[in-house]
Amino acid sequence: MELPVEIPGLLNYWIVIVLMMAGFYVVISQGNLVKKMVGLSVFQVAVFVLYITMSKIDGGAAPILDDAIKQYSNPLPHVLILTAIVVGVATTALGLALIVRIRDAYGTIEEDEIIELERNDD
Amino acid sequence: MAMTAFAIIRLRNLFAVVMLSGIFSLLAASLYVLLTAVDVAFTEASVGAGISTLLMLATLAITSEYEKKSERSTLLPKIIVTVTGAVLIYGTLDMPLYGAADAPSNLHLIPRFILQSGTEIGVPNIVTSVLASYRGYDTLGETVVIFTAAIGVLVLLGRGRNRWRPGMRKPVVPEEREEEV
Repeated sequence: MELPVEIPGLLNYWIVIVLMMAGFYVVISQGNLVKKMVGLSVFQVAVFVLYITMSKIDGGAAPILDDAIKQYSNPLPHVLILTAIVVGVATTALGLALIVRIRDAYGTIEEDEIIELERNDD
Repeated sequence: MAMTAFAIIRLRNLFAVVMLSGIFSLLAASLYVLLTAVDVAFTEASVGAGISTLLMLATLAITSEYEKKSERSTLLPKIIVTVTGAVLIYGTLDMPLYGAADAPSNLHLIPRFILQSGTEIGVPNIVTSVLASYRGYDTLGETVVIFTAAIGVLVLLGRGRNRWRPGMRKPVVPEEREEEV
């Protein structure tokens, strides 16, 4: 299937960078731990899109063998990203479990409040 | 997708944020279909948009649904993000163009996968044969990571329903919890 519009040259990388920076911004500027996890997954999806756009070749078909097809997309990035998606969910699950424990221990999931509680303890 | 990402930055209602991240994943999945990465697309749709969203909703059900307003300055993060983005964009100037068949990443090993995996492995889907055979150890490693993560989650959350566990700083007092409900 062809994209409806022609994508000029390097635009795909720039879109990826904008998405990546949006995720990065959420991670470093927000105090809420769940929101940080969402930011991490946005960043992650941006990296996936980077790999997948690199695997696309003009006129290439999905990498499933057929005698009628002469050109395929690059299958290797697809494999790597398949692995990465599943690993990403595993790490997300672990991070969310940690958040639940932090909520149990401190009664909040805001980073600032946790730091404040720690200070009062000392 | 970019609009969804910016909405995630602005919104304070965590429920909406999590739903938007699901939409974001789904948009990514449709993008992969357009880019002919069909296997990746359905993994992203089921795992990324499905399971992650479910896990996050479960976390929200246990914790709070609204984010508090942070008093922190957003100036420094904005500067860092802008500078990093600018440097990355500068870095893309040397990258191969979109759709170029002669990009370095498409020349090494890939012709072999495409030409011979059909006879060597016998599966028409090249992604499957690379995943399960040529890069089998990778997939084994992935399984180990998932197993470790599963053990970690079980250890962290425990299996009992008791709220107070050893190592906690202070037990969650009943009055406090009623306020939040």
